[in-house]
Amino acid sequence: MKTIKPLLREPRVVIAGGFLLLLLLIAIFAPYIAPKDPLEQDLMLGNMPPVTSPGAEPGYYLGTDDLGRDVLSRVLYGSRIALTVAFVAASLSAVIGTLMGLAAGWYGGWADRIISRLVDIWMAFPPVLLSVLLVAVLGSGLHSVIAAIVIIDWTRFCRVVRAETMAQARLDYVMAAETIGFSRSHILWREILPNVAPVLIAVVSLEMGIAVIVEAILSFVGLSLSSDIPTWGGMIAQGRQMIHQGWWVFVFPLIALFATVLAFNQLGNGLRKALDPVMRR
Amino acid sequence: MTQSLVAIEGLSAISTRDGGAPVLRDVSLTLEKGEVRGLVGESGAGKSTIAKALLGILPSTVKVTGGFIRFEGRDLLAMPRRELSDLMGREITLIPQDPQTALNPARRIEAQLTDGLRLKLGMGKAAAHERALQLLDEVQIRNPERVLAAYPHELSGGMRQRILIASAFALNPKLVVADEPTTALDVTVQKEILRLIRRMQEAHGTAVIFVTHDLGVVAKICDRVTLLYAGKVIEDGATAGMLTAPKHIYTSALIAAGPRYDRPNAGLEPVPEAVFRQLRAEIGIAERRV
Amino acid sequence: MTASDLLNRLFMAVLTLMGVAVIVFCLLRIVPGDPIAMMISPSATPADIAALRAHYGLDLGLPQQFGIWFMDVLKGNFGTSISQRRDVMELIGERLPATLELAFAALVFGVLAGGVIATLGTLARRTTLDPALDFINGLFLAVPDFVWALALVLLLGVFWPVFPLSGRIDPTLSTYFHTDFYLIESLVTFKFAAFGDLIAHMVMPMLALGLPLAAIVVRTLKEALAEAMVQDYVLLARLKGMSPLRLVLQEALRNAVGPTLTLTGVQFTFMIGGTVIVERIFSYPGLGNMAIDAVINRDLPLIQGIVLTFGAIFILVNILVDLIAGWLNPRGAAHG
Repeated sequence: MKTIKPLLREPRVVIAGGFLLLLLLIAIFAPYIAPKDPLEQDLMLGNMPPVTSPGAEPGYYLGTDDLGRDVLSRVLYGSRIALTVAFVAASLSAVIGTLMGLAAGWYGGWADRIISRLVDIWMAFPPVLLSVLLVAVLGSGLHSVIAAIVIIDWTRFCRVVRAETMAQARLDYVMAAETIGFSRSHILWREILPNVAPVLIAVVSLEMGIAVIVEAILSFVGLSLSSDIPTWGGMIAQGRQMIHQGWWVFVFPLIALFATVLAFNQLGNGLRKALDPVMRR
Repeated sequence: MTQSLVAIEGLSAISTRDGGAPVLRDVSLTLEKGEVRGLVGESGAGKSTIAKALLGILPSTVKVTGGFIRFEGRDLLAMPRRELSDLMGREITLIPQDPQTALNPARRIEAQLTDGLRLKLGMGKAAAHERALQLLDEVQIRNPERVLAAYPHELSGGMRQRILIASAFALNPKLVVADEPTTALDVTVQKEILRLIRRMQEAHGTAVIFVTHDLGVVAKICDRVTLLYAGKVIEDGATAGMLTAPKHIYTSALIAAGPRYDRPNAGLEPVPEAVFRQLRAEIGIAERRV
Repeated sequence: MTASDLLNRLFMAVLTLMGVAVIVFCLLRIVPGDPIAMMISPSATPADIAALRAHYGLDLGLPQQFGIWFMDVLKGNFGTSISQRRDVMELIGERLPATLELAFAALVFGVLAGGVIATLGTLARRTTLDPALDFINGLFLAVPDFVWALALVLLLGVFWPVFPLSGRIDPTLSTYFHTDFYLIESLVTFKFAAFGDLIAHMVMPMLALGLPLAAIVVRTLKEALAEAMVQDYVLLARLKGMSPLRLVLQEALRNAVGPTLTLTGVQFTFMIGGTVIVERIFSYPGLGNMAIDAVINRDLPLIQGIVLTFGAIFILVNILVDLIAGWLNPRGAAHG
C-alpha cells in the first residue's frame, strides 16, 4: 500500500481524518452514546445551563433548550444529518461534475462549449439564494437538501476535472496510448481518469465541508428539515432566537459545525498535498 | 608592500543544506586597486559564493567556517550590519547576471537608476536626474531622456545591461562585482558589453571581480584569473601567462576544450575524465558527487 | 483587452444573463403552492381569483408567460411583488444600496487587512512568526462567512456586546435620508451620529464577509511577494540601501498584486453571494435578506427580479476585473 503511507505522514490528514472517523462512529452509534432521547421534551427542565454553571440539572451535560431537550444528545444526533448530507451530496455532485468535466475536457468542441456556458450561467447565481430557491421548489426534506446541493455544486467538480483533463491530455503518455491504437474512450477511463483522481479526491473532501455548511444554512433559514429532527443548523437558528436566555443552545452545535467543516477542509488540503507527488509525475 | 583592495585569506565555507559539504576550501586571493580579476569555474566551483560573500549576501544555507575577507583592511565578515550595508551599494556594487530580472518591471528606469544616488548620497531629484543623464551618456545610450522615462520591457536586453552597468558605476565604487554579466546576452552584444565594462572600469579606476565560466570572456577582459574547482583554487595568475602556459593539467584541458568548456559537446575536446579523477584526488574528494 | 474582446465579453454576458432568466423562470413555474392562494381573503369569489390570476398573467401558457415577462424585463419592468404589492424594481432599488454598501465595505476591509498582514508576514519571513501566521491563516481560510457571522454574533453581540446585533441603523435616531445609500449620504452631509451608528451596525456583517476574503488575500499576496522578493532587482535595491519596508512596498508589491487582484475579483463575486445569508443572520435590510423572505412567501416576480439583479452584478464585476487587470498590466499587451 504505497499510496497510504505518504498520507499518514501528512499530519493534517491524520488529525482531521481521525476526527471525522470519530464523528462517523458517533453518528452511527448515536442511540447508544447519547445520554437522553434527543426529542424528549420536559418543560419543567427548560433552559438548563451546562454542568459547569451553577443551577445545572445533573445528567444534562450541555444543558437543555427551551423545550427541555438535552443539548448534548441533540448535537450528537445532529452529526447524522450532517454526515449523511456530506457523503451523499458530495458523492453525487462528484459523479455528475466529473462526467461533465471529462466530457468537456476530453472531447472538447461542442460538448465543451455547451458545458462551459452552462457552468458560466450556474456561476452567476448566488449559491445560497439558489439553494434556498431550490429547496422552496423541491419542498423541504433531506432529499431536497441533497438535491439542491448537487444541482448547485456539480460545477465545482466540472471546472476542476475539465482543467485537469485538458492538462493531462497534453502529456506524452496520452500520445503514446494513442499511437498504440487505444480508443478515445479507453484512454479516457484507463489513462486520464486515474491521473485526475487525486485532485478529485481532495475536492470531494472540500465539498463535504461545503455540503455540511449548506445544510446548516438551509436549516438555519428554516427550510431544511422539520424541527423534530435535530440538526446543527436548526439548533443554531433556535439558539439565535433565545441567545440572551441561554448561549449554550447556540454555542455547542456551532462548535460541532465549525470543527467538522474545518476537519473536511484540512483533510482535503492535506490529501491534495499528500497525493500530488505520489501519483503524478 | 601596499595594502590590497581586497584580500581573501584562507576562506572556507560549508553548505548546511548539503550535509555540511564544503563549498569553499581554504581560498586565498588578492585584488589590487583598478584591477580586473576573473573568477572562473564550472557551476558549483564556488565562484558565486565568493561573489556573494563580497557583497554580504551569503544565503543562510552557507556557513563560513574559517578565514577572512578584508576590504581595505577591514574584515567584511565581522563587520556590523549597519557598517556593511553602508559600504554595499556605495563602495562595492553589483552588475547582475540577467538584465531581464534585474530591473523592476513596475518602475521607470529613472527611479531605478537614481535609487543609489538618492539613498546613499542624499541627492535631490533634479541633481539625480542630471547625474543619470550623464551616466547614460557614459554608457553610450542615445535619447537618454526617453530611456529614463521608459519601463524596462520597452528596452532591449543589451540596453538594460548598459543601464545596470551605469547604475553599478554611478557612485564611483572601489569594487564592482560582475556576476556573469554577459551570459544572458547574445554573442554580438556580449562583445560590446565587455568593452563597455572595461572602459568604465578604467575611467573610474574601479577594481572588478568578474565571475564567469567562459575562458574566452576572461581572455578579453581580465588582468588576472583565479581558476576554481569544487571550492578550491586550482591555478591563479596573470591572464596571458595562464592561457599560454598553463601550470595545471585542468587548465590546459579547459583551454583545449574550447571557448565553452561548460558544454563539453560544443567544445573541441571535452575535458577527459582522467583530469577530473586527478582533481578529485588532489582535493581529497573520495566519491564522485553528481 | 481590445474593443472586440470587450464586445465579445458583453455578448457572452447577455447570453449568460438570458440563461439565468430562463432557468429562474422555469424553476419558479414548478413551485408547488399557488402564490395567489396566499394573498386572497377568505371572502374572495372564484371570479375574484380568476381576475387576480389574469392580472398577474398566471392564466396564460408558459411560453407566453415567458415571452411577456421577458419583454417586460427588457423594458426594465419586473412586475409587481405579490407579497408586498409594490413595484419590484422599486423594492430592489431600495434594498440594493444597503447590500452594495455592505459588500464594498467588506471588500475594502478584506483587501486592506489582507494587504497589511501579507506585508508584515513578508517582512517577518524566515522568523518563527511566519509559519505561525501561515497556520492561523490556514484556519481562517477554512471558515466560511456563515460560521464567521455566527461566531461574531456570539463574541461581539452576546459575550462582549459592543456592536448592535441586528439591523442597519438605530430606528430611534430617526434620521431622514434622501437616498438609500445611507452610509455615503451621512458622510457627505456630515451626519456623524448617523454615520457612526451605521458603521456600528455594519461592523459584524462586514467582518463576516471580509475575513475570509482577507485570508485569501494574505495567502496569494504573500506567495507572490515571496516570489518577487528573491528577484535580482530587489537584491540590487537592497544593496543600494533601501529599507526592508520600502523593498516590499516599492519593489515587490507592484509586481505581486496581479494574481491577487484577479482572485480578489472572483472572491468579490462569491462575497456578493455570501451577503444573502450574512444579511439574514444580522437582519440587515439588504437585497439578500429580502430574497429569502421572497422565497418563503413564494413571491415569484420579486424572486425573479432579485436573482437577475444578482446575476447582472456578478457578470458586471467579472468584466470589470478583466478590464482592471488588463489596464494594470501593460506588459501583457506589449508581449502579446
